[in-house]
Amino acid sequence: MGDPSPVSAGSLRTYYGQPVLKQPEWTWEVPWYLFTGGLAGASTGLAWGARTTGRPGLAATSRLIGATAAAVSPVLLVMDLGRPQRFINMLRVFKPTSAMSMGSWLLSAFVPAALSSGVLGATGRLPRTQRLAEGAAAVLGLPMCTYTAVLLADSSIPVWHEARHHLPFVFAGSAAAGAGAVATLLAPAAEVPPARRLAVAGAVGELVAAEVMKHRLGRLADPYHQGGAGRWARAATACTASGATLLTLPGRPRGERRSPGMSVGASLGAALVLAGGICQRWAVFRAGFASAADPRYTVGPQRERRRAQAG
Amino acid sequence: MSGLIGPEGGPAPGATGVRFGFFTDSSICIGCKACEVACKEWNGVPDHPLDFTANSYDNTGTLGANAWRHVAFVEQGTTTSGRGGNGPGAGAADFRWLMSSDVCKHCSSPACLEVCPTGALFTTEFGTVVVQDDVCNGCGYCVTACPFGVIERRESDGGAWKCTMCYDRMRGAREPACAQACPTDSIQFGPLDELRVRASARLAEVVAAGEERAQLYGHDQTDGVGGTGALFLLLDDPEVYRLPPDPVTPTRRLARMWAMAGAAAGALAALLAGSLAGGTGGGRHR
Repeated sequence: MGDPSPVSAGSLRTYYGQPVLKQPEWTWEVPWYLFTGGLAGASTGLAWGARTTGRPGLAATSRLIGATAAAVSPVLLVMDLGRPQRFINMLRVFKPTSAMSMGSWLLSAFVPAALSSGVLGATGRLPRTQRLAEGAAAVLGLPMCTYTAVLLADSSIPVWHEARHHLPFVFAGSAAAGAGAVATLLAPAAEVPPARRLAVAGAVGELVAAEVMKHRLGRLADPYHQGGAGRWARAATACTASGATLLTLPGRPRGERRSPGMSVGASLGAALVLAGGICQRWAVFRAGFASAADPRYTVGPQRERRRAQAG
Repeated sequence: MSGLIGPEGGPAPGATGVRFGFFTDSSICIGCKACEVACKEWNGVPDHPLDFTANSYDNTGTLGANAWRHVAFVEQGTTTSGRGGNGPGAGAADFRWLMSSDVCKHCSSPACLEVCPTGALFTTEFGTVVVQDDVCNGCGYCVTACPFGVIERRESDGGAWKCTMCYDRMRGAREPACAQACPTDSIQFGPLDELRVRASARLAEVVAAGEERAQLYGHDQTDGVGGTGALFLLLDDPEVYRLPPDPVTPTRRLARMWAMAGAAAGALAALLAGSLAGGTGGGRHR
């Protein structure tokens, strides 16, 4: 639905301006989960890649970031349920038509893998099991970063559903940027360059995908330009763009003894990229609420389709 | 009357496997809200605070966890001001009421059911869509999926609730409470195939009587939700009654969505590989 005209009210009729759709029931845990799930998924991938390319320091750091984010993720999801004590019902069926069912199964495989890889890696025990877990977490980590886009897109909320082809790329870019940024901040300086490259590449991907998404949404993207979601979206763009710029500058090393090779600019850049990714998830989340609240977003495109069908 | 309907107005014994539904003929709805009351009484649907919306006689607001029937009131045209008293037809030359009792559509391809991760939502032997409250864990996914904004999480218990088409009454060979209570037969219950025929015939009558904008809603089985188990005869476009004009079950596009998510995961893998390329880090110091 790239047509920019559907929402141009004018002749649109609604029932006392009331929404057709319900507001999502989801609360603050969900955007944070979008963030932690992406951070965990991309970090485990980075950990595996760093180890296999001979960067043990970066691997160790990313492994721990991945394990930490993986540990937090299911807690956030359970907290968001209306009946948290029944979280286990998520594993009652295996249902390909439900992105949440598939996500639950994915998470049930990913979290143990990421956690055992992290714990075994830190303690140095069972190296073969650790490598197996690390490989599994890296593979499962990739869909962890993007399935959440399907989760949102498979809904009747126009700003999510009509972004179904672009949202996965926004989340993939954001996940890469986040994992690269945290590793840039925490990894041993000598092994930071790949993390820094990942942060910059992810940030660029995120920015480009988000702009394409908004452009293709046309007027349906209005929530990204106004109100609360608009503020999150502007903050996301500003933080991610400035952070990525700082990360590409050569920068002077700060206090050589403390952190050789890392500049103040690079640290600030990484923090900004990270903040941008968080804002991006909140922007997408809040845009869904605004999109559901205004009946014009629902009725407009549908009325256009009916007119087109009628000839 | 078909043999599929028993003496109590519900599905006759042995009528399982037949799809049942509602036909709500808004042209004879008088806005009495008996359907709303009967539904609440029978199903033990919680009260919600009385709120004066100033939207005509609609003080129920919207379908939701605590309102499984909702009568919409639309005032069209203008009354002549001041004069004319309260008598029938006073100053009402170009004024009309639209009233219609809305309900869960019991879609042929129900989005709520398809996205439910616990299997709490299921299709009954009567072709209706029902939530099993003892399975639902309140994830709220059905709420974002429903293209009609019907199903909702109940604040008091955290579970998702909506019309069951009185599944318990149907199993007891009785018709749903709203249909039984409706004094004008605006809400009719029966086997969907028969209702579809009846709805088409009624539309022809209403159009012949001069209602040019009259139309059936949910009748087209090639629409985005595969047609609905609750049919409506409306006197104006659906959106006037807050019904989406061309609803689509979002899961219809799920295969493509998974493909895009897979492509994005591939792109992420490429980003990781690209960042890590450029020599091993072992012993490399800048």
